[in-house]
Amino acid sequence: MPGFLRTVWIVLKKDLVVEARSRELVYTTVFFAVAVVLIFSFSFVVEGTPLTDAAAGILWVALAFAGTLALGRTFERERQSETLKALLLAPVERSALYVGKLLGMLAIMSMVVLVVGPLVVVLFRVSLEGVFWHLLALIVSGGIGFAAVGTLFGAMLNRSQSRDVLLPVVLYPLTVPVMIAGVSGTAALLSAEPNIARAEVWLSMLVFFDAVFLTLALWVFDAVMAES
Amino acid sequence: MPDIDFTTVHVADVSRTYGRRRALSHVSIDATEGRVLGLFGPNGAGKSTLLNILATLLRPSQGEVRYGTHRAGEAGDALRGAIGVLGHDLYLYPDLTAAENLAFFGRLYGVADVAGRVTEALALARLTDRADDRAGGFSRGLRQRLALERALFHRPRLVLLDEPFTGLDDASARILIERLKGLASGGAIVIMATHDFDTAETLVDDAVCIDRGKAYPIAPGAGSLRDRYRRVLQERG
Repeated sequence: MPGFLRTVWIVLKKDLVVEARSRELVYTTVFFAVAVVLIFSFSFVVEGTPLTDAAAGILWVALAFAGTLALGRTFERERQSETLKALLLAPVERSALYVGKLLGMLAIMSMVVLVVGPLVVVLFRVSLEGVFWHLLALIVSGGIGFAAVGTLFGAMLNRSQSRDVLLPVVLYPLTVPVMIAGVSGTAALLSAEPNIARAEVWLSMLVFFDAVFLTLALWVFDAVMAES
Repeated sequence: MPDIDFTTVHVADVSRTYGRRRALSHVSIDATEGRVLGLFGPNGAGKSTLLNILATLLRPSQGEVRYGTHRAGEAGDALRGAIGVLGHDLYLYPDLTAAENLAFFGRLYGVADVAGRVTEALALARLTDRADDRAGGFSRGLRQRLALERALFHRPRLVLLDEPFTGLDDASARILIERLKGLASGGAIVIMATHDFDTAETLVDDAVCIDRGKAYPIAPGAGSLRDRYRRVLQERG
């Protein structure tokens, strides 16, 4: 039987090959996130001057919405021929399946950030001077927290008939701490006078949330996927 | 051979409920190596539920399944490595090619020499010339053949099949029969749910009727398998 890391790699590689072939998730999530940012930019940029802190909120709204779209679709793929059942039948640690799917989700979200990040910088006239690495750390840790909860519930709700409605209903309340920390930390960095110390406090909270969410997800994944 | 091995499967007084609905009621069945056990019954009788319990995907609400001396809950991941399942849904990724589907599951099951086994499995499925075509573009019959080889790729001891003849033409069905007979004679335990009595007639060694969640043996004797099955149903009302 393959070990934990080998199983993670097998599942991740399969998801990346499937996505590279169809490009369905990347195209739809990036298009959706760009549309969100553009629509908000019409409202929150008045005569070339963006509203204070608007960029931070819009960046995270775009990431959350695009992430939810990707989560729904990535598990829809596993439902088409009941391949999630086939994964659960394999003689591997089920938590490794979870980590493989989680990393696949993070790869999709990274593509969204690569497109949406620069767009927000341009449209909202954001300066990244001296804050780039802190901002990147906030986005990465926030993305991990969001995807950790999302992947768990995406897999759990895979069998549910109303999964498309239930996923956002369950996901958004649970990821409120991640969103608050992400938006607040980003706002501290993107303000006219960046407050690095404040951003680091929010970043440490995000790392804490990540640790909690990941630990809980790895702990319960096997149990929640087993039909009792 | 998988890490865990066994030569018998013993279903002991298994019941399974979904909420207030009872899908299986006190089912007891034995299956042994080298024999093909056929499960027959009307739609919704509980055959797929029983197969899911045997595959360890479902837990019985009551009773237990023993794989030789092992129990599902105790043997864990290693037991799943000794089971191969061909479900009604074929468990294939439509965006992966035939070869990639087999290789993916082979690696997940820790099969040695995956590339060699893929070549072998594609030949058995008579899909060598379609190895690099996506499974999503295959007809139901071709996908069924590929899915069978996916289920058998890791050489499982227990083979569970749910309607394996769906979508197969006569020639493919005959080849599948020979493949399953070969598996049984090689020491596998084959349990198959089907409505196809004519095809199953030449294949099954033991037969069980599942009706409204209960299991009744179909005894060997005079008449076709279909007639004996009907007699069992009539006797049970």
